[in-house]
Amino acid sequence: MEIFGPLWLSVQLALVTTFVLFLIGTPVAWWLARTAASWKPAAQAIVAMPIVLPPTVMGFYLLILLGPYGAIGSWWFELTGSTLTFSFTGLVIASCIYSLPFAVQPMQNAFESLPRQMLEFAWTQGASKRDAFFSVAVPMSARGFVAAAVLSFAHTLGEFGVVLMVGGNIPGETRVVSIAIYDHVESLQYGAAHQMSLLLLAFAFTVLLGMYMVNRRWSLR
Amino acid sequence: MSGVSSIRQQLIPVQHRASLGSFMLDVDVGIPAQGVTGVFGESGSGKTTLLRCIAGLETGSGTDSRPPHERGVGYVFQEPQLFPHMSVEGNIEYGRRRAGADRLDKDHVVEMLGIGNLLSRKPAGLSGGEAQRVAIAAVLLRSPELILMDEPLASLDQRRKDELLPYLDRLHDELSVPIVYVSHSIDEVCRLCDHLILIEDGRVVADGELHAMLARLDIPMLTGRNAGTVINATPDRHDSDYDLTLFRFSGGELLVPGKYDSTIPNMRLRIAASDVSICRTRPQKTTILNVLPAEIDEIQPTGSSTDLVRLAIGDDLLVAQVTRRSVTNLDLRKGDHVFAQVKSVTVRR
Amino acid sequence: MPVRKLLLVAALLPGSLLADDVVRVAVASNFIQTAAKLTKHFSETTAVSVRISSGSTGKLYAQIINGAPFDVFLAADTERPRLLEQDGYAVPGTRATYATGSLVLWSRDERLRGRNCREVLQRGDYNRLAIANPETAPYGDAAMQFLVAEGLWQGVSSHVVYGENIVQTLNYAATGNATLAIVAASLMSYPGLPSTVCMWRVPQSSHAALNQQLVLLERAADDEAANSFVEYLRSDRAAAIIERDGYTVVR
Repeated sequence: MEIFGPLWLSVQLALVTTFVLFLIGTPVAWWLARTAASWKPAAQAIVAMPIVLPPTVMGFYLLILLGPYGAIGSWWFELTGSTLTFSFTGLVIASCIYSLPFAVQPMQNAFESLPRQMLEFAWTQGASKRDAFFSVAVPMSARGFVAAAVLSFAHTLGEFGVVLMVGGNIPGETRVVSIAIYDHVESLQYGAAHQMSLLLLAFAFTVLLGMYMVNRRWSLR
Repeated sequence: MSGVSSIRQQLIPVQHRASLGSFMLDVDVGIPAQGVTGVFGESGSGKTTLLRCIAGLETGSGTDSRPPHERGVGYVFQEPQLFPHMSVEGNIEYGRRRAGADRLDKDHVVEMLGIGNLLSRKPAGLSGGEAQRVAIAAVLLRSPELILMDEPLASLDQRRKDELLPYLDRLHDELSVPIVYVSHSIDEVCRLCDHLILIEDGRVVADGELHAMLARLDIPMLTGRNAGTVINATPDRHDSDYDLTLFRFSGGELLVPGKYDSTIPNMRLRIAASDVSICRTRPQKTTILNVLPAEIDEIQPTGSSTDLVRLAIGDDLLVAQVTRRSVTNLDLRKGDHVFAQVKSVTVRR
Repeated sequence: MPVRKLLLVAALLPGSLLADDVVRVAVASNFIQTAAKLTKHFSETTAVSVRISSGSTGKLYAQIINGAPFDVFLAADTERPRLLEQDGYAVPGTRATYATGSLVLWSRDERLRGRNCREVLQRGDYNRLAIANPETAPYGDAAMQFLVAEGLWQGVSSHVVYGENIVQTLNYAATGNATLAIVAASLMSYPGLPSTVCMWRVPQSSHAALNQQLVLLERAADDEAANSFVEYLRSDRAAAIIERDGYTVVR
């Protein structure tokens, strides 16, 4: 039984999701950290919803939304002739929504703890807002970025319910490790289930250990 | 340069209307394009808001819609805002790299602010005074057309203040960049500034050249414990027996405790109104060392019991704070010739 | 301490819930609709209440061998009941086939209107075909057997998506995410199913019989209510209800 295929697929999914979440989550976190808009709490609530909602709710709506009759899925179908569900791209979209708060919240916390005047100093020193963001805000928020990366990566790796509902269990495409383990258990192949689970266990431990060690080094500095 | 006086008259217009919550700023004033302009007022009067408007940090005010980085305005904050992830050198290079042109030599600025031995350090290890010097160097090397300083000494203890002040003196003496210096300390203003803008409740109360402003009796902000004038004087000789230095100024001589270098002309002496008293006749056998003949220039009641009396001595002006009863008893009037007893003189620079 | 109180309550619960007049039945998810009709009918006539838990056969099996408090197991295959009987979890001799399922090829896709589903499958001009996971679901296994036997597997394998169970497989097609699905014929009576555009009955001869077996579990060996429920399931009246839902019953 192929053990590394599903694990590698999960790692790929987690990496791509983390990358996309950096692109999407950073401006969202920046906006949330700095805005005084009256609907900020509403925006925060929307971002945080995946923490509260059961994966089945998200899976259900994504199945409809990404399907050929859904808003996103129908557009995608026109464009490409295939549905977003049962595809790696669909899983990336689902994972990004599912892990969004785990990327946004650490970044937002980091941005909120930046002294406002330090950015103002950067501006008056000749840096445009964009320049100051990359030269001052980003390096000063490095810890938040690392936390966001590790949490989105780990959360996507551990994703099950949503993938189960929109993935379609296609080997090499959507059959990620959590699904593969589930299937092995369901079909009484406990040996294979053990092998994959232990591998995932070791991997998760290593990633988290790495993060906490980096964190400790930083806080001791 | 085509004569200092013409440059002196050149003004940078500053026009700002901004309402921030319940606070209204409404300022229309010119800042001299040369020297240090003090912005003086109580806390909450709108000094910092004015600076933030000039720097473009408060949006939606004034006619200038450029973002802060396009304004060529350097800002020294009360708390130095050094970037913790960069070395001291990285911090001073930050603005310099973005400035395009070097108006000031980096080595000169580093030497002028005495930060040569700090360059490789991280900001976290600096004292408050050191950090502020680094921040000032960083602002200078950004080659601004105008430097704003928001109470750069206020967060320092007296020792650190005394340590930093000589560096600010050097800025004043060696730089051609105009500086706007916000303070609520009249002593700092008297020491560092050439011009003065008085601000109260978000409005400019008065503005003008420092000496002339200090001699005005009609501004409530400059009465009470802030009353007093600055005169320019040159140290002449030192009496080592009593450790006194003789200063010469337009109205005569002043003896000041301590030793001052006679090679520095035009030092600033601050004489507070509360340290000046008036005699009709030259006092005999007094402990006061400095007694100067003077002519009464103006008398202004300032309270129920005290009056301010302005005295002309040579080309300079002193202000004396006296009781109204004494003014009545001595029948002091404008134009009278009297003697001023100066109890204490502070050498500001 | 609240946690300790909770544990205490939990410890007291089974006794009251396992009173004689309650039968707990584990039902494979494809049979849940029919099971509900059966238990309703049974309860009306006997005043014994029946509680149904549903899930995939594999999951329910794993729960049973790990001590889940079920009295009767209605599986979707013959394999798990056999294992339970063999390993002593079920009462010997109670294993019986209660229903035999069949497959249909189904679509709701308007683009297939007026066409023959079987022909669409043959020609391959469709987007996705959903079948249940052959490794975990008996209906998926049967669907796979059919596809292989008809020589279609080569052509369809790149179109196939796998549902975790037969109901999810139907869901994929019901939401339009898959054009076609091979599902249990019994699901065609589901309320709320979008209207059928095309349907084709898969011949039962093209795959191993989809026999669904039940067993009385060991813990309920002497439970009168559970025994009577098992007896009821083998009755003609029950068989009529089961057949009405698209299964065949060997009497």
